[in-house]
Formats: sequence, C-alpha cells, structure tokens
Amino acid sequence: MAGDAVTGDDQVDTSRRVFLTAATAATGAVGVAFALVPFISSWMPSERARAFGAPTELDISKIDPGQMVIVVWRKQPIYVVRRTAAMLASLAGHDDRLKDPTSSESDQPSYAKNLQRSRTGEYLVLIGVCTHLGCLPKARFEPGFPELGADWPGGFFCPCHGSRFDLAGRVFDGSPASVNLRVPPYAYQTEQTLVIGSDAVNQKGAA
Amino acid sequence: MAPPVPPPAATPKPGGLRGWLYKRFPIQEFIADQLTGYYAPKNFNFWYFFGSLALVVLVLQLATGIFLTMFYKPGEATSFDSVEFIMREVQWGWLIRYMHSTGASVFFIVVYLHMFRALLYGSYKAPRELLWLLGMLVYLALMAEAFFGYVLPWGNMSFWGAQVIVNLFGTIPVIGSDLVLWIRGDYGIADATLGRFFALHVAAVPLAILLLVALHLVALHQTGSNNPDGIEIKERVGADGHPLDGIPFHPYYTVKDIMGVGVMLIFIAIVVFFVPSFGGVFLEAPNFEPANPMSTPEHIAPVWYFTPYYAILRAVPDQRAGALLMFLAVALFVFLPWLDRSPVKSMRYRGLLSRGALAIFAVSFVALGYLGLQPAEGLYVILARVFGVGYFSFFLLMPWYSRIDKVKPVPERVRFHGHA
Repeated sequence: MAGDAVTGDDQVDTSRRVFLTAATAATGAVGVAFALVPFISSWMPSERARAFGAPTELDISKIDPGQMVIVVWRKQPIYVVRRTAAMLASLAGHDDRLKDPTSSESDQPSYAKNLQRSRTGEYLVLIGVCTHLGCLPKARFEPGFPELGADWPGGFFCPCHGSRFDLAGRVFDGSPASVNLRVPPYAYQTEQTLVIGSDAVNQKGAA
Repeated sequence: MAPPVPPPAATPKPGGLRGWLYKRFPIQEFIADQLTGYYAPKNFNFWYFFGSLALVVLVLQLATGIFLTMFYKPGEATSFDSVEFIMREVQWGWLIRYMHSTGASVFFIVVYLHMFRALLYGSYKAPRELLWLLGMLVYLALMAEAFFGYVLPWGNMSFWGAQVIVNLFGTIPVIGSDLVLWIRGDYGIADATLGRFFALHVAAVPLAILLLVALHLVALHQTGSNNPDGIEIKERVGADGHPLDGIPFHPYYTVKDIMGVGVMLIFIAIVVFFVPSFGGVFLEAPNFEPANPMSTPEHIAPVWYFTPYYAILRAVPDQRAGALLMFLAVALFVFLPWLDRSPVKSMRYRGLLSRGALAIFAVSFVALGYLGLQPAEGLYVILARVFGVGYFSFFLLMPWYSRIDKVKPVPERVRFHGHA
C-alpha cells in the first residue's frame, strides 16, 4: 500500500517490491526451519538414554513353572512368564473372544507371531505396558479369577481402564486396548540366558 | 441521534515528577482509554466476576510459582524430595505450595464459570468470535500448564498421569510412537521428560498465557463486553458520545470486582488452611508416594478439571476413537460462534430448546466430571456414554435447534434496576 501514496517520477515498482519481499520471507523461513533442527532434535533420547537402552540379560533357570519375573529394559517392565502346560492349553478355545487372535495387527517380532507369541512356547516375554495408555497390567493367572468371571482363562488385567489379555498377551473383546501386548525383541544366549532387546545373539549358542 | 462526539476535555498536564513521567509515557492516555473511559454495560451481574477473578488467580499463581521455583529441584532423584523439603522445612513453604496447588483448581473453577457465562449470554457470538477464540487458546494453554505442573512433584500419580496423557499421542496413526519417544526424550517417562515439563511449566507456557490474556483483553476492549441481555450498548449512544447503558469500568467495576476478589480469597483461604487436598480432589492420595515406574496406582484419575474429558475417553471401547472424541470434546468449543444460528444472544430471550440444550450440557459436563473420578466399570461406563451423548448433542445439534428455537423480542435497552 505504501506504493499507492507515491506518484509522479518517484513511482515505486510494486511488483518488484512484492517479489523481493516474498523472496526474502521465503529465504528467512528456510533459515528458521534449519535453525529449528537442533532445538527439536534436543528432545530425542540423549546418548546416555540410548546407552542405557542397550539389551539386558536374564537368567531364566530360577523361574519356576507358572511364575513370572519382571525385569526392566528401556524403563519398561518386561514380563517373563514360564508357562505350564495347562497355561499353554488355555490359549486355545477363546479365539472368538479376542480382537486380534492371530496377532496380525499387533506389534511383535516375526518369531513371536504365532499362537503362543513366543520363540519357545514355554517362556512368554512381553512388554508389561498396556497398549491402551501405558499402565502396568496385573498378573491374573488363575482361571476363573473372581473379578474377571467364570470364563476367565487366566492372563493379565489392566487396573486403569480394564483391558484384559490372555496368557499370550492377546487382548479380549470389550477392552479399551485395541492391540495385543507388545513382544520385545529377544533371543536366547544360552538355553538358560535370555537377552532382551536384541533379535539375535552374536556369540556362540545363538538360538 | 448520535450527535458528533465532543472533543475530550483537555487533560491537565501536571508539573513535577508526574508531569515529567506523563510526557514520556502514555499513562494518562492508557487510563483514559482503557479504564475511566472504557464503558462497560451497567447491567453486569454475578457471572461477570469471573474474568477479573481469573486475572487475579493468574497473578497469584505467578507469584507463588516463582517462590516455589526457588526451592524446587527438577529431576528423578530430587523432585519428590524437594517438594517434601518445601512442605516441611522451608519457612512457610507449606503455605506457598498449598496456595499454588489450590490456585490451580480455583483457576479452573473460575475459568469454567467464565466460559459458562459466555454460553449463558451468547458472548461468543458476532462480533466477539475472535475474543472467544483467544479465550479458548488461553484455556488450552492453561490445560497444558496444569498438566505439566501436576507432573513436577513426581509423586506416583504424577508419573502415571504423565504416562497416560503422553501415550494419548501414541494413538495418532503412523507418527504416534516416534512422537511419544520425542515428547518423553527416553524410552519411558524419565528425567528428560521431567526437565522439559519443568521448563515448559515455569517459562514457556506462562509466557504464552500472559501474551494470550493480553490479546484477549485487547479484543475485549475493541468490541466491548457483552451483557446479560445480549444487547450491543454501543448502538445507543448519549449526547456525550458514551453508550447510554454503559458506565466507566473504573471506578464502577473495579470496585465491584475488588469485592469479588475479597470473597474469592476467603474461599481460597478456607481450602488452603482447612482442606488443602480437598478430600483427594485437589491433591490425590497416591501422589504422596514417590513415582514408581514399576507400580501403577490401583485407580488412575486425573485431577478433577480434566475428568469430564477423561470420562469420555474411557467411555469409548476403541482406543483411537476414544482419544479422538476426547480431543473433539475440547475442540468443539472453538466452533460455537458458527454452530449457533440463533438471532438472539442471551438465554433470557431464547426459547425452551436452547435453554434445555444448555441445561443438558451443564448437567452432562458435571456428571462426566464425577464419572471420570470413578473406576471405569459397570454402570459408570454406561452413564459416561449417556452423558457423553448429552455433551456432544449440545454442540452437534446446535445448528438445528438454535435456528428453529422460538425466541422472544429483545428490548432496545438493557434491563436494569438501580438501587434507590
């Protein structure tokens, strides 16, 4: 509009001014975008946080059948359950009550994308964080647990919003969570040593 | 009507220090434009206290917050202990902290009543749409501020509240899990998360709130206040050029508002001195234990001012749809100026449909607030669905019911009875 006020010989080349203003603004915007990179990146996990996120080992020889141990990996509880034959048998027969019985929508390594959701049927390894909003599901392994009804096959129950999962971490219908509990990458370093956080073991005895 | 506005009486130019100052800074002009010469409708009622009260609470939160910052140490290892240090060892620290924690709840009480006033008298309608939008931005910033502040004491409810809220962003398709990692700065809610929430709580968001409040006031003074009759007082101007139904903000409303501040401070003092945790509603019991990433509290509920939205989140069996509806429940307020098709602003002149809808909304909001504090099971979930429908129908059916609603004629002048 400044150009309108000027008349006569001092006429302003408005189109040139508009172009130069736009070009300057665009260059400035690119500069701002680049300048934002370090600030935005500073919020990503620090080198220290990444180092503490390295794989962790667990001796599974001390876990009794039917027992669960919890280890921490990447600030998250990892549930390791040594399932009994009866617990494994409980997985069959309620597919029609599950949201994702074949785990096709859920997050797990390819070697855990099976009925038992594990490398070997006996040991179940799960990230113990509800896929709904991140609470810790509680172990409710007894079939027919009073609060969960007579047809409860045993599994996990999230106290926050009532999501229910079976003994392979598969979510039941009617739960606010929409996918199964996640399975972390893991591998057996030896028969009795579990490595959580890595798909493969570099040393001898890799599973 | 409306004769030409007479020139303002020449303001006396005092000498001395005041004269020196006035020559260099437009104090006199500011007072004349924005206070003694700013005309507000003379028929303000009880509902018009809450804007200025919100401003007072903001100042209270800034003042107490600055002092808490002097003793608080953000960090996984230090946060909880430093809050206990404030409560037990800092001289009068308990009082400053309780004023701050009570102030947070009072802020929301005052803001919710302030917003309800706008719904009652159609204050969001043209020409005040931008005023309403700026107010909504203040509300959003306030929610962020309250959430970050709630995490800082690093009690177990702080931790799990942060976990639940941050994970809400994980429901966004494609970018969700990376976004959550970026927000937390670690693989779980951790020291890094606490540090950034502290910076946002004490610096970034308060600055944004101050700026937005200033813009809200500028927009208010441009259009002038609405009033319980929903009449534009600027349309009827007296011989002096001032609205016939207006009175100067100062001294008339400053004095009225100071009385309101006094009453509010009495209520704040009662809570601070006698019931600082307000029965677990203002400060929740699990937050008196340090954060424990390996133990979820039996029952997670946010502080009361978020529970209406939380109840909506939990009422939906699908996670992504629940998060979306919760977001929508907040966002719908933004669209009110365009959803409302009524030719009339104030509920005083609206018919049964509009009044009924507002009543259903108010009841639903309060009921959802209660349900969000209860466990998500059985009857509570069913009721949350019922009231959720009530909540959303207020907004979504508004274009329909506000148009066919039978309205009464609006008087030309505001209804006002002076005290003899």
